[in-house]
Amino acid sequence: MTSATGQTAGHARQSEARVALVGSPNSGKTTLFNALTGLRAKTGNYPGVTVSRYEGAAEVAGRRVVIEDLPGSYSLDPISPDERVLTDVLDPLNAGVQSPDALLVTLDATTMPRSLGLLAQVMQTDFPVCVVLTFTDELTRRQGALDVAALSRAVGVPVLAVTGGRRSDLVALRELLSRPQEWARPVVPPPHAPMEVAAWITSVLSSARYELPEGDARTRRVDAVLLHPVWGTLVFFVTMFAFFQVIFTAAAPLQDAIGSLFAWLGGLANSRISNGLLSSFVSEALLGGVGGVLVFLPQIVLLFLMINLLEGVGYMARAAFLMDRVMSKAGLEGRAFVALLSSVACAVPGIMATRTLPSARDRIATMMGAPLMTCSARLPVYVLLIGLVVPSGAGWGPISAQGATMFGLYLVGALSAMVAAWVFSRLGRSSGPLLPFSMEIPPYRIPSARSVALSTLDAARTFLRKVGKIILVTTIVLWLLLNLPARSTADLQAAGVNPANHTAVSAYVIDHSFGAAVGHAVEPVFQPLGFDWRINIGVLASLSAREVFVATLGQVAAAETPDTPTIALRTMRVEEGPRAGELLFTPPVVAALLLFFLYALQCMSTIAVMRRESGTWRWPAIAFGYMFVLAWVMGLAARLVVGAVT
Amino acid sequence: MSVLSAFLSDRVIAPTGVAGERTSCALSELKPGARARIIDVRDEVDQAVARRLFDLGFRPGVQVDVVRRAPMADPVIFRVAGCELALRRAQARCIRVSLEA
Repeated sequence: MTSATGQTAGHARQSEARVALVGSPNSGKTTLFNALTGLRAKTGNYPGVTVSRYEGAAEVAGRRVVIEDLPGSYSLDPISPDERVLTDVLDPLNAGVQSPDALLVTLDATTMPRSLGLLAQVMQTDFPVCVVLTFTDELTRRQGALDVAALSRAVGVPVLAVTGGRRSDLVALRELLSRPQEWARPVVPPPHAPMEVAAWITSVLSSARYELPEGDARTRRVDAVLLHPVWGTLVFFVTMFAFFQVIFTAAAPLQDAIGSLFAWLGGLANSRISNGLLSSFVSEALLGGVGGVLVFLPQIVLLFLMINLLEGVGYMARAAFLMDRVMSKAGLEGRAFVALLSSVACAVPGIMATRTLPSARDRIATMMGAPLMTCSARLPVYVLLIGLVVPSGAGWGPISAQGATMFGLYLVGALSAMVAAWVFSRLGRSSGPLLPFSMEIPPYRIPSARSVALSTLDAARTFLRKVGKIILVTTIVLWLLLNLPARSTADLQAAGVNPANHTAVSAYVIDHSFGAAVGHAVEPVFQPLGFDWRINIGVLASLSAREVFVATLGQVAAAETPDTPTIALRTMRVEEGPRAGELLFTPPVVAALLLFFLYALQCMSTIAVMRRESGTWRWPAIAFGYMFVLAWVMGLAARLVVGAVT
Repeated sequence: MSVLSAFLSDRVIAPTGVAGERTSCALSELKPGARARIIDVRDEVDQAVARRLFDLGFRPGVQVDVVRRAPMADPVIFRVAGCELALRRAQARCIRVSLEA
């Protein structure tokens, strides 16, 4: 193994050493990574799998060292694909991924008896190892003790204490990072037979004069309330409800500002570009598309800010603990709750989060349910549709009617996701060992503002990148569909349209566009739900991403009336058939649309990530099929029920 | 399969052979507030499960406290090896313990 490691190191550029961070979840690994690399980190994926790969450069003693943040794990003996990545990276013979030159192992000083087990496994590899002790301040506060120098002598590798990525603590670490080849190596590596490892841990701890800390009193007091069967459950639901109220009330002014900015830019483009078709392309397709998506960035940032804060504080683990029994009813485990909650932001990371589930059956079942959770891409659609039928001022005290309707949609989505997961979990029930369910309940900690900010920014960036690639292209393709074939003045005159009447021209162009043909063609399918060809174009376009629905309807509306989409949509009327002349967006039709968007898998990104995660087209095909049927049936039911009530 | 993972997955977590003492019971039978010492993982438990429990700190001879139960009594939080871990009752049933005062 030594020669193999040497070979790998030879492949790496001499000037850039690679050091990987290994540690269990909650061991302060990511905080250390952020402290070492700062904003220079870049995200990617491990080859063949979608486990996120974080890599960044650190400047140490005038040299650049590449730091890689490996997925957190309690053991190098993998029980999930996530953990397998870690084992693969640490295997010098694995050609698929680049192995590091040295390893930094983060050990939580408050949980040494467990952490040393992981260290013993890491030291079985031939890499130079350096231990970074974290949370030593917490150890002292909780009446524990540890002699760092003695620990270093006992394990035979360098040991440093770094508290919360503090700069003063990092000086010595940076110094060490510049020359990993010189790190002390143990004379005798730790054993690997289980009982010998247990004995090694005991002997190391006694050499280091380790005293186990007392349970965290603060955590115990808080948990007495937050994990209380009644109060804890109540707090959980209040927290989740507050989540959505914040997204709505706090994000609104920012969204208005972005909306106005793009309206102003569109006006500017219109006045500066003389060519009619080009100016309409720039203001409506380009600026309209970008603005219509950017406007929802405040909500996404707020959502991720709250998720990351709750995660950093330690509440997410508690939420999973509280929800475990309920999730087990859906045939899942508490951790699937985190995957489903991530799907509230976007089904793509949610489906990726399913790899933290050790059982393949749980993964598939969660994937089949996750897209039904209300993702952020549905928000624009819901906001638009709710805004059409629920007045913005209505409400009860501090609770707005629009917010309450939204909460109801979230609730129905969540329940449907659970039912779907349960069904697929039942269908997929097969033999095989039941992998152990375990979940660490970390002490409450104040998260580092830097870590929260970095992961929030990362989420926003990912959303924007996805937006840039798919939404913008779709908006442009759609604009082309809705505006082509281009009509010459002669065409218009031949059709009896006055070329000077701008509104009439737009209406004529849209009515005879390629997109209209598609919308008309699928009318029989959606006619029972009350959708006309214009809604159909939006529904079809939203296949690339749900939020495109808004941009499309906005475009359809803007092409007919030069006002803002909502006002234009509110006055849109049915053009033909028995309902001709009536308002198009009546409460029953809006209800059908809401339910259709709640259930339909209108998202190519989700389909793509599902294909990657399940390794076959079978699951995304099944998901798309069952969700479309469900969406159609539920949409029809909603239209009939709301039609009967109103 | 790397040398290392082959190495680790070959580990055998065997019962310690300590005969059923008067006070021995399954970890799942304890009430919150109870303190016990781990004897071993039951014989019939799948080895992958046994290895993971070992790596999580549920090792023979280690002291374990029952901290609290979730609503509807499952899962249960245990304090072991300095940290709090939630296990489902199904897993806690696999672990044999002897009660401490």
